[in-house]
Amino acid sequence: MNFFNHFGRYLLMIKGMFTRPENWKMYWKELMHQCSDIGIGSLGIVVVVALFIGAVSTLQTAYQLVSNLIPKSTIAQIVRDTVILEFAPTISCIVLAGVVGSKIASELGNMRVSEQIDALEIMGINTKAYLVMPKILASFIMIPLLVIVAGVLGIWGGRLAGTMAVILSREEFDQGLLSGFQPFSVRLALYKAYTFAFIISSIPAYFGYFVKGGALEIGKASTTAVVASCIMILFADYVLAALLL
Amino acid sequence: MIEIKNLRKSFGDKVVINDVSAVMEAGKANLIIGASGSGKTVFMKCLVGLFEPDGGEILYSGQSFTSMEEEQRKELRQQIGMLFQGSALFDSQTVEQNVMFPLDMFTRLTYTEKLKKVNEVLDRVNLKDANKKFPAEISGGMKKRVGIARAIVLNPKYLFCDEPNSGLDPQTSLVIDKLIYEVTKEFNMTTVINTHDMNSVMEIGDHIIYMYQGEKEWEGNNKQIIYSKSKKLNDFIFASEFLQDVKAMRMLEAEGKVPNGKNGSH
Repeated sequence: MNFFNHFGRYLLMIKGMFTRPENWKMYWKELMHQCSDIGIGSLGIVVVVALFIGAVSTLQTAYQLVSNLIPKSTIAQIVRDTVILEFAPTISCIVLAGVVGSKIASELGNMRVSEQIDALEIMGINTKAYLVMPKILASFIMIPLLVIVAGVLGIWGGRLAGTMAVILSREEFDQGLLSGFQPFSVRLALYKAYTFAFIISSIPAYFGYFVKGGALEIGKASTTAVVASCIMILFADYVLAALLL
Repeated sequence: MIEIKNLRKSFGDKVVINDVSAVMEAGKANLIIGASGSGKTVFMKCLVGLFEPDGGEILYSGQSFTSMEEEQRKELRQQIGMLFQGSALFDSQTVEQNVMFPLDMFTRLTYTEKLKKVNEVLDRVNLKDANKKFPAEISGGMKKRVGIARAIVLNPKYLFCDEPNSGLDPQTSLVIDKLIYEVTKEFNMTTVINTHDMNSVMEIGDHIIYMYQGEKEWEGNNKQIIYSKSKKLNDFIFASEFLQDVKAMRMLEAEGKVPNGKNGSH
């Protein structure tokens, strides 16, 4: 199947989600369930990744800034901007594409292969709306929150690493953190987070929803979903940076 | 009652269902039999709307399913129950939650009322003390019973069963057949069963359609099937020498050439 076939079916899937829910309460329950799965389920890995990325950023920036003419607080400025603009949204979302994306693809793939999706259809439930929509909405709610957490913890990790390695003092780091801060960076990070949230949830949902075959095909769909999501995240990252910076 | 008129379905160049017409009557177990690849699953999936037929018409109690709007189909589907080959139970939900799901989605009953209804149907399919178990913790036969319970919990007018006995031992298969047959009679449902289990055919086949390479080859009931002259049907049903001997014996019994074994006269 070529790219245009996939893209057409993907658009039809998205269009098919927009119908009146059969029962609002059940859809709400499913949304909350997905929020918990996507948000709480991924919090641990996001915290670990953010802390270490922030810490490594500080160490490597300090290693490259060898001139005494550059104030040490510049390190904090660089760490702040790279973490907010790139590491928190992009790296976290690439990790989330692996964690959340593979889970969505394999969950829907398993439901398709074991005829659970057919069973829901027979009952008269719009499975695109009931199974896919809550995952996308939950991603819209939880992924930007995770990106905010990643941003805060990334900077804090950088500050911790800077003081522990005696590269710069807490005061110097805080001074750098506040100087030349542009709130637009946070807005851009959130634009990225929302875009990536849609990619992370909708692409794996597509590959899982339309899987055919058995366990092997579910595995393949899951891998393809993660690879496609990562590529799309990087592409969207470039487009957003080119358009908005 | 379900009427099927000149149903056709192809996948690419391959014709899977070719001009099949039939009437599935209410209160009867309507069996679709045929070898693997004969098109019976596609036929059933066309009937329930999982596949769109290329031509022909399907009428549910006189209403054309094929020309219905999606919203009308949704309403009709609430009158349809289906038992899947692999049971299709929701893995993350307990037996009770699985059976309660259609009630949660389509009724405004209180939790106590829903629980009462769930216990009634679980009792009806002879499943007790399994409410809190997950599908992974119960046997294949129990899964089928949960599947039946979920299919009938909304009191549907139409029940579809896709290979209800696949993966089950002969004794459990008979129990499941009997259960499907009983609920069909009890609720006067139009039941359509896809099977290639000959025990089911002989036990509950009120109305049987034999499909061969996408076409309706023979139609009758479990009494008539023994005396069928269709070579294709005979090759399919009485595939083993043992079954051929059984058929020959039954024919001789019917002609009065040997005493009837059921009367214990020999």
